[in-house]
Amino acid sequence: MRTRQIVSLIVLALAGCATAHDEGVEAVDLAPIIQSSFRARGQAGLDRLKQTEMQRLCSSAQAHALPADQKQRLQRQALEGVRYPDDERWLGDWKRGEQIAQSGAGMQYSDKPEAPRGGNCYACHQLSAAEIAFGTIGPSLYRYLERNDRGVESMRRTWTQIWNSHAFNACSLMPRFGDAGILTPDQIRDLMALLFDPASPVNR
Amino acid sequence: MARGEELWQTPRGPARVTLATCDLGLGPGVLRAAYASLPRYFADADAVMDFESRLVYCMVSIQGFARDDLMAKPFSERGARQTELEVLTAYAAAQSRGAIIDVPQRARQERESYARGRALFYRRAGPYDFACATCHSADQRRIRLQELPNLTRAEGARSAFAHWPAYRISQGAVRTMQWRLTDCVRQQRLPELLFGSQATIDLITYLGVLAQGGAMDAPSLRR
Repeated sequence: MRTRQIVSLIVLALAGCATAHDEGVEAVDLAPIIQSSFRARGQAGLDRLKQTEMQRLCSSAQAHALPADQKQRLQRQALEGVRYPDDERWLGDWKRGEQIAQSGAGMQYSDKPEAPRGGNCYACHQLSAAEIAFGTIGPSLYRYLERNDRGVESMRRTWTQIWNSHAFNACSLMPRFGDAGILTPDQIRDLMALLFDPASPVNR
Repeated sequence: MARGEELWQTPRGPARVTLATCDLGLGPGVLRAAYASLPRYFADADAVMDFESRLVYCMVSIQGFARDDLMAKPFSERGARQTELEVLTAYAAAQSRGAIIDVPQRARQERESYARGRALFYRRAGPYDFACATCHSADQRRIRLQELPNLTRAEGARSAFAHWPAYRISQGAVRTMQWRLTDCVRQQRLPELLFGSQATIDLITYLGVLAQGGAMDAPSLRR
């Protein structure tokens, strides 16, 4: 029985290797092509092509099926990097938050580097009922307070999600808005208010 | 389109010859269905080429144009006159309307191009961690109200491959597949993807192979 289990484990492991090989994503050396196919432009330098460990591990059609230990490591590293407001001031102004959620400006080589950046939340999420042009890559956040309370744990969890969503979900598709320096802590406070303020259109 | 036909058939360049002998993979001068079977491997250039890089190759090797001049400004500015490359590409693609997409995988170089294209499609990088796959590997997703094709499936890949080049309403201009890729990469917050680069060719090969069996419908109208 024990031998049989081991044999089936080996078969499974080999099958896993075969799949990875057939898919060929990890096996291909892209370095020379990456090197020759881009040029720095505006604020988008060639350094942006260099991958972090997370980006490398998540660059596969099977990224959702990462081994548990790798997944846990990515999540732990993400969580350890989150910076929380030291004064526990979680919420800013939901009106500014709405503007940040609407704006997709920022970090493209066609954007002005000094212009304020947006979070482009509506690209992927439903938020206020009035805005019907919302995307569906992420879950709906409409009526956020129906599913989340206003306690510290809840705020901390949402802050973490915005800062670096890989803390909960390794290889998440959502940009690391805090960790990658896309938004400032003040802007994240405004987005938090958009989600947690009872007066915000998200909750009305 | 008329300008494209004229450009194709007029003797031009330092050599004062037409593009009539340009071999797009189906033999010299064969335009019909040629766009639908690119990228492919060309022994004369020892390279896999998509339509736009092959066009540059022909204009250089047959008509004697300087490669650097052609590569310097492949896409027109908004509202400006279309470039010769854009016009020629739209004309050539129109000669493939209705043709079945048949991007070959017989040569080793073609298979390698596909494998690299696939790996590039899933490669995450930049401050936003985006890959092509971030937006284009799931069904029935949209950004704002814009529906996103799932390019990892035949249906989405066929639709994307079949409809470029396109008259892009938001741009007020004919845009090509090469332009479409560079514009996607700009929105990924990556540096500029170079016209005719290996990465563009490999991504088009990947898309074209997945689009196998679809019918070309370009130039089309796109938002």
